[in-house]
Amino acid sequence: MFEILSRQVLAQGSVIVNEIHAPRVAAKARPGQFVILRANERGERIPLTMADIDPERGSITILYQVVGRTTALLASLDKGQAVMDVLGPLGSPTDIRQVGTVICVGGGTGVAVLHPIARGFRRAGNTVISIIGARSRPLLIMEEKMRAISADLQVCTDDGSYGHHGFVTDLLERTLRTLGSGAALAVCIGPIPMMRACCRVSGDFGVPAYVSLNALMVDGTGMCGCCRVSVDGAIKFACVDGPEFDGHKVDFDALNTRLGAYREAEALSYSRFREMCCRDEAGR
Amino acid sequence: MKTGKRQEMAEQKADQRRRNFGEVPLGYSDEQAVLEAERCLRCKKPKCREACPVSVPIPEFIGHVREGRIREAAYAVWTRNALPAVCGRVCPQENQCEGQCIVGKKGEPVAIGALERYVGDWARGRPGLGRPDIAPPSGRRVAVVGSGPGGLIAAGDLIRLGHEVTVFEALHQPGGVLVYGIPEFRLPKAVVASDVAYLTKLGVRIECNVLVGRTLTVDELLGKEGFDAVYVGVGAGLPSFLNIDGENLIGVYSANEYLTRSNLMKAYLFPEYDTPLPAGKSVCVFGGGNVAMDACRTALRLGAEKVYCVYRRSRQELPARAEEVRHAEEEGVEFIFLSAPLFFSGSNGRLAAVEVEAMRLGEPDASGRRSPVPTGNRRSLACDQAIIAVGANANPLITATTPDLKVDRRGYIVADEHGRTSKLGVWAGGDIVTGAATVILAAGAGRLAADSIHEYLQSL
Repeated sequence: MFEILSRQVLAQGSVIVNEIHAPRVAAKARPGQFVILRANERGERIPLTMADIDPERGSITILYQVVGRTTALLASLDKGQAVMDVLGPLGSPTDIRQVGTVICVGGGTGVAVLHPIARGFRRAGNTVISIIGARSRPLLIMEEKMRAISADLQVCTDDGSYGHHGFVTDLLERTLRTLGSGAALAVCIGPIPMMRACCRVSGDFGVPAYVSLNALMVDGTGMCGCCRVSVDGAIKFACVDGPEFDGHKVDFDALNTRLGAYREAEALSYSRFREMCCRDEAGR
Repeated sequence: MKTGKRQEMAEQKADQRRRNFGEVPLGYSDEQAVLEAERCLRCKKPKCREACPVSVPIPEFIGHVREGRIREAAYAVWTRNALPAVCGRVCPQENQCEGQCIVGKKGEPVAIGALERYVGDWARGRPGLGRPDIAPPSGRRVAVVGSGPGGLIAAGDLIRLGHEVTVFEALHQPGGVLVYGIPEFRLPKAVVASDVAYLTKLGVRIECNVLVGRTLTVDELLGKEGFDAVYVGVGAGLPSFLNIDGENLIGVYSANEYLTRSNLMKAYLFPEYDTPLPAGKSVCVFGGGNVAMDACRTALRLGAEKVYCVYRRSRQELPARAEEVRHAEEEGVEFIFLSAPLFFSGSNGRLAAVEVEAMRLGEPDASGRRSPVPTGNRRSLACDQAIIAVGANANPLITATTPDLKVDRRGYIVADEHGRTSKLGVWAGGDIVTGAATVILAAGAGRLAADSIHEYLQSL
């Protein structure tokens, strides 16, 4: 069992942050890696990329939106309660080196995954320019943390309630144009349409792009192949070969389709969970 | 000497069992066990025992069963095999002990597997049973990586020799392929759990959620974690795909994924359990081994209307156990022989059909079996699920993080007949050395390595 050391709610209650005691994982984890969690005995195994790692406290931090049964179940756990299983660190860490100027682009909860990677690039002596976005101002997360590690931070919202009115791709394009050939790398993490659009832009400027893929997984050790993605025409496993890949070579359409493999079952499972919660509420 | 007819084990009827996950063979009654035990000739030089990869004292335990001394029978089996209830069910006895049984020369061999299962089940119903003798503490510590059959046998041997043993398992439940791979109807998970519980009773520590290669490395086990020796029994751990078009369509699974969802994650109990695995209408399983049979029979039980086992050679070359093939056919699995898949096609990202090509048998290949040769005749099979059960490759996580561990060109760990690797203090066995094989061969490798580790630890 893995104790929840703290629980925080962000973005008007739509995002949950948990710090979890997992000393073996914390001792080893590096930016870009993820864990697989199982909330309880009947739970599904789901991958979540770590938003922070504290080897001294023996803890990891995960951040997620409630989108289905497992995230709802995790969100229902209080500080002091425990997650049944945490396996990690999984996946290959981000290849962090001194390359010059790195543009870090994050959308939605992807900003949380981006933060330790951006910090890593900063610590490795790079100039980090960050671009973060959300649908609307209240949903924007980790602005100050990102500002603290960035030479420049640009913000946008889809509805124009804060920062630039528009998408992160607008800002990425503007930045790349300003930098000319000065950008060594773009790291783009967020929803699939965002990553795909960012890769298109960075490709136009001939700048390499890393993306972090959130494929469905079961074991997370390379054993089942559920998380296979097509990269440069070859089958890769997001769990062991990834989760980061060269964004210009990823088949995002195929990834997006595979993410929908269990949509009906997931909806059923989630609605049963909500009914159960309603009954509990009524019983109280 | 008169040996009588082999006792037949009762089975769930095919038309019932094809839709439930209950165990298929139901085990011997006490009377049947004694009658079957009486068929044993008590050979002076028991060939059955020689043919057993872990050298179970077969005539001895059968002798105890014959006299009704089941407790003694259990102790006799345990001296060589910590997993009798498991092995009694899943060993290919026809190629091992029973294949050498003298009674079998003229009639049917003694049902050694069924008797081992009987003894294992008897013991598992009695958790209060004592435990075999354990040597005094040696002060040495062994890490076993992987809690599959090889790791468990090695752990059981080493703990009895007085060493401290910790088993590291990546998944959330111990048992390896016994829990994620082999289905409930062939090996109930409660059986695995009780054989594992026997080991923990002997003092074996099991730590789940540790992926060696990521969470800890082999060097860390030998270094800061303070182990004197490491046994790597992690299985092959990387599914082979067909590398044909359409393989990423929804509905195409590796057998590992399909079986892991159903077995380890209990998707057959969805939505009571959270992991989904919808029933297919028409399911094609590619491959002809035991894993393919497990996948076929699981698909039926999940509710598939039609299940086809598509194999590129003929019935004669099927690598699966005859009993598994018989069970699958009785349950309604249809075999399509001499056919190989060319590509998958679908709509909206979902699988709709597979194009297969008819094969004929050509010259024997490296495996000694006649190899399939394409004929050019193609046809399309409608299917909404396809399960690929054509074997596995070596998972690179451990070898990539252990630079001085020698591997062959396919990535399998190189080990000698005692399981010794190129790295001092590290042994390996089972599928990560030999490529995909069986439970008992992995167990046998665990046994040999345990003997060698013991010798090494005494020399320290």
